[in-house]
Amino acid sequence: MLSDLLIALIVLTNFTLVATARINKMIQVAVIQGVLLGLLPLAMGLGRHLHIVLMVIAAVGVKGWLIPYLFRRATRKIKIDREVSPYIGFTASLVLCALGTGLAVLLAGNLPLAPGSQFKLFVPASLSTLLTGFILLITRRKALTQVVGYLVLENGIYLFGLMLVEDMPMLVETGILLDLFVGIFVMGIVINHITVAFDSMDTRHLAELKD
Amino acid sequence: MVWFLIALPLLAAALAFSINSVAARVRLLPATATLHLAGLLWSLRGWDHLAPGTWLGLDALGGWTLLVISVLFLFCAWYAPAYLALRPDRDNRVFVASFLAFLGLATLLSAARHPGLVWVAMETTTLATAPLIYFNHNRRSIEATWKYLIIGSVGIALALLGTLFLAYSAHMGGLEEPLFFSSLMQGAGQLSRPWLRAGFVLALVGYGTKMGLAPLHTWKPDAYGESPGVIGALLAGGVTSCAFLALLRFYAIVAAAGEIQFARELMVGMGLLSMLWAAVFMVRQLDIRRLLAYSSVEHMGILAFGIGIGGRAARFALFHLAANALVKGVLFMSAGNINRSYASKRLPYVRGAIRRTPVSGWLFFLGFLAITGTPPFAPFISEFNIAATALARPYLWTGVAFLVLLGGIFLAMSDTVVQVVFGTPPPDRVRTPYRDTLATTAPLVLALALSMTMGLWLPGSLTEMIRSAATLVEGHP
Repeated sequence: MLSDLLIALIVLTNFTLVATARINKMIQVAVIQGVLLGLLPLAMGLGRHLHIVLMVIAAVGVKGWLIPYLFRRATRKIKIDREVSPYIGFTASLVLCALGTGLAVLLAGNLPLAPGSQFKLFVPASLSTLLTGFILLITRRKALTQVVGYLVLENGIYLFGLMLVEDMPMLVETGILLDLFVGIFVMGIVINHITVAFDSMDTRHLAELKD
Repeated sequence: MVWFLIALPLLAAALAFSINSVAARVRLLPATATLHLAGLLWSLRGWDHLAPGTWLGLDALGGWTLLVISVLFLFCAWYAPAYLALRPDRDNRVFVASFLAFLGLATLLSAARHPGLVWVAMETTTLATAPLIYFNHNRRSIEATWKYLIIGSVGIALALLGTLFLAYSAHMGGLEEPLFFSSLMQGAGQLSRPWLRAGFVLALVGYGTKMGLAPLHTWKPDAYGESPGVIGALLAGGVTSCAFLALLRFYAIVAAAGEIQFARELMVGMGLLSMLWAAVFMVRQLDIRRLLAYSSVEHMGILAFGIGIGGRAARFALFHLAANALVKGVLFMSAGNINRSYASKRLPYVRGAIRRTPVSGWLFFLGFLAITGTPPFAPFISEFNIAATALARPYLWTGVAFLVLLGGIFLAMSDTVVQVVFGTPPPDRVRTPYRDTLATTAPLVLALALSMTMGLWLPGSLTEMIRSAATLVEGHP
């Protein structure tokens, strides 16, 4: 099935993300993941519903064009240091990601699906993507890579939401996409301010406030 | 009418953003707040006649929460112009616009009848309030803003997953979209239990992050500590109330589905943990704003605890929402005044506030007494009644733990507060030109007076509204 293939690709992008050392490439992979997700409803054979086609266009537009644009704007000013600089090594990140995926499969096994559901892979893949987002958020130092982590986390949730795509009201879907976009927009602005204030976007500088 | 209440602050925010006159922009704050509260009081007459199948409408729970937020907002909005006048160095265009937009989004959240819409409103509230924390534009405030944005957004993303789990549990139960709260509660018996339980845990983690329940509160001391006092008031009484409402909506569905025992245990556990965590970090806390932030963690814990105990305690938890919002407003804004006078918010620099800024000093001290549960202020009534309910049989040990923690927090907080208010002012400390004026203290005096009035008497219609809201929270539509 085409949708299963896309989901397998999405899980593969998770592993690529945690093993990538350069910020630009990491952003690219996250964008590819977003576009794959955006196209998934078509692969699920839902292309006949007008509102789903509209949503596919909106999702691909936001995840494939607007968000990369915001990232480019944020990276333009930062020339010196393009390394991801994780707190833990890439091998360790990969092992964590694999463990996370295993955990996701276990968790998904405890949640029953509707009888005859065609979405057997959706729940484990979604939870695995979510955990990958967490790994990126926690183990990467750059403010920008944390935003990528947030984006991946949202991708995982979006994947889960696709199981309900036929029922979900348009208003809610639009709201979620819009919030994602505005969220990353605002984070981009704050990153700019961080870069100006600290001359770097390493979040280790953001450690002045504590008890 | 609900549309008007949502649109009014948002339009005012757009106007504030587009006009150049500072004087006119600042005047929009009290004007909008007053009009909003008046409109809300007008529309609350009909809270019990809510047509099913609508996207927006104020029921008892949403109406009560919005009333709390709107009243707090009124005090903040009457105080804010005086504060902004003290800060001519900072451009306040974004500040005023975000401030007003928050009220519109809080109204949207309170009136939303669909879990997805509640989520959208909560996330937008986070984004709209982030620029407020960044108002001071220094390194410390940027750090606070970043933590607020990232931790808040991740938390809310988990709440979204929880909302989707809820939708899937309804999908498995054969309920049809759009899943309004009313239809979810009516058809709660059909919801798939594993998805519902997992969804509630995610919602508790997600919205709990926004409320600032321990151990998800780590953004809170930074955000409250680095933003202006009036913003601390708005966050501690407004944004947290929004998140609490979003969580209660979920809780009500779980309760209606007959899983209330499961949800109760989680709420009581999180509540007590928050109080314990707050107590530990309040001991020898030198920064008065961070002290207040931990006090906010504590009071979110009290809210969760009260709801978890249920029955009479749930009613008083809803009452405590108002008590906490009002007194936190007084505390944060008077602490803001004291900081202005000393150009610091830390011991040992800030001492003897009662001599330098007598009115703010007294307000801060009385606010401290009120928030720690001294009669006749409103928090006493709610804390006393929650404890009394908890001490009844099956929850005896939780009631004892609750009282012990309240006592410990009183001691920990009083240590710092007494030094700040009554200590000897350090002779070498710079004295800024700030003096207490009518504009920076009158809103606080009124808020404290209102909290005292609520401790003694509440209009019958409001009591009825709280009762009805508590019934709804316990799963009886």
